[in-house]
Amino acid sequence: MCGIIGVIDKTREMMDGSAIREALAIMDERGSGEGAGYVAYGVYPDYADLYAIHVFYDNIIEPKTKVEELLETWGMIEHDEEIPTYESGRMRKVHIPWRYFFRPNRKLMAQSHTPEDDIVTKIVMTVNTSIPGALIFSSGQNIGVFKASGWPEEVADFYRVEDYEGYLWMAHNRYPTNTSGWWGGAHPFNLLNWSVVHNGEITSYGTNRRYIESFGYSCTMYTDTEVVAYLMDLLARRHNLSPEHTVRALAPPFWEEIERMEPSEQQLNTAIRLTYGQAMMNGPFAIAVASHDLLVGFSDRIKLRPLVVGEHDQRLYISSEEAAIRTMEPSVKKISMPRAGQPIVGRVVA
Amino acid sequence: MPAVEIDAQGMHYTPLNRQIREAVTNGATEIVLKNIMGQRFIGDGLTGTATITVEGVPGGDLGMFMKGPTIIVHGNADHAPGNTMDEGLIVIYGSSGDATAHSMRGGKVYVRDDIGYRGGIHMKQYVNKKPVLVVGGEAHAFLGEYMAGGLIILLRLNQNTNMPFAEMGLASGIHGGEIFVRGTVEDWTLGIGSAAREATPEDLASIKPYISEFCEQFGFDPAVIMASSFTRIAPVSARPFANKYTWE
Repeated sequence: MCGIIGVIDKTREMMDGSAIREALAIMDERGSGEGAGYVAYGVYPDYADLYAIHVFYDNIIEPKTKVEELLETWGMIEHDEEIPTYESGRMRKVHIPWRYFFRPNRKLMAQSHTPEDDIVTKIVMTVNTSIPGALIFSSGQNIGVFKASGWPEEVADFYRVEDYEGYLWMAHNRYPTNTSGWWGGAHPFNLLNWSVVHNGEITSYGTNRRYIESFGYSCTMYTDTEVVAYLMDLLARRHNLSPEHTVRALAPPFWEEIERMEPSEQQLNTAIRLTYGQAMMNGPFAIAVASHDLLVGFSDRIKLRPLVVGEHDQRLYISSEEAAIRTMEPSVKKISMPRAGQPIVGRVVA
Repeated sequence: MPAVEIDAQGMHYTPLNRQIREAVTNGATEIVLKNIMGQRFIGDGLTGTATITVEGVPGGDLGMFMKGPTIIVHGNADHAPGNTMDEGLIVIYGSSGDATAHSMRGGKVYVRDDIGYRGGIHMKQYVNKKPVLVVGGEAHAFLGEYMAGGLIILLRLNQNTNMPFAEMGLASGIHGGEIFVRGTVEDWTLGIGSAAREATPEDLASIKPYISEFCEQFGFDPAVIMASSFTRIAPVSARPFANKYTWE
């Protein structure tokens, strides 16, 4: 059991983090105080075209030197600083969160169509697998993940999320079940511009992990959710699938359902299932995924976890509970519960 | 005694339930909960005959283990309202989430609009204890899953009833109780161990009191509903999995 909430303002109107803090705290019962986190899009307008690399350091001597050497090998650090945090109660700086605004040198990956993204992906995988005491947990442009072990309101206050403004926010309250709670295991999980929050468990993790690692991704965070971030990056960015088709690959209809479809739908769904059989996720889950211009929510195909959608003017909300949406938007105009496996997509229009 | 009003703004469910029980102990028959926002377990294990009005959106497991009271919700309910409820009535002027009436063993749950997945899962009955779930709108897959007793009535009032019910796993694993769906159901919806046929006049007579009471709550016309045809879904056997787990 975990709690998730996401909101996108389709006109890119900015929202500070105070409302989503309240919404996540309403779902405290869904967590255990061992992990919470927030992600916001549009938080670094002064460095909008640079990659904002957030790192947890165990100390700022050896791991930091190694990470900076690697960054300077592959590009230029235009600015860096410790992420401001505010210790209180039991919230202590167990890891030191640092951020870099990084410009990759595209000439170093000349063979790629997306050299900057590929350089940053390579750096994330290298740091997280081979530099002890350093973990990159956020690596997109103009976005930031803020997470730690603690209750939703504790983690929000530790980073003062109300000081950040974004047009798209997601947040997660963790109840760790299969692996222990730690800072890196808190959600959201992020790679480049993809961020994921997830309630449930992915019982097909082994298959999905082998599949995604065959494309050069490395799973390092001891929890199933990170494969979703990498699958999104592979299918939606590298294979250029639409978000709807990506969700179809991850949570496909049953073969019996496909048999009942119109011929063209049948052909499409069969092709997706055959091509992406190993990307299919089993188990109970409700997931929200974001990138720069969209927020996507979906549940597993037999709906073993809750998912509620709220629509209000230019805003789309996705959450585990209606109460969380109403905490952010008391007069929300429309509330609905999507069908199992049905993708809910909110896109920016401006 | 005048109605007792409790402002639940920002209140955790533990002190809220404590205040509700205190009010009932002091003889309150009408309790109004204001500004409810996601508090779980409201009225859990509560006994007596008080009526509790919920203004707002309650959290999961509303009225769990409740024995006697009435809860009226002006809003949507979250997961599993009426979970293992024993006696009493829950009326929801809105929709409710997954596993509505989960494991109910007595009393009634009336939902005006829709319910989520697995409505009435594990409902059961014993002698004169017979739980009833009536839903005005739609239900999703696995309605009445593993049902061991009780009654589910799905009215589908928001739908054109010419469209058959089309959600998979209907009554999957059912081994007691019965489900009535207004209109017809697609054959493929029927889960393991269930069988469907058109409801007979005797069947309809048996569900009429609940439909009348439901209509009275929400202002529908029972005559229109009773004029429709219904499909009755019931177990093919009391022990559909006997050969799976045991040797006779």
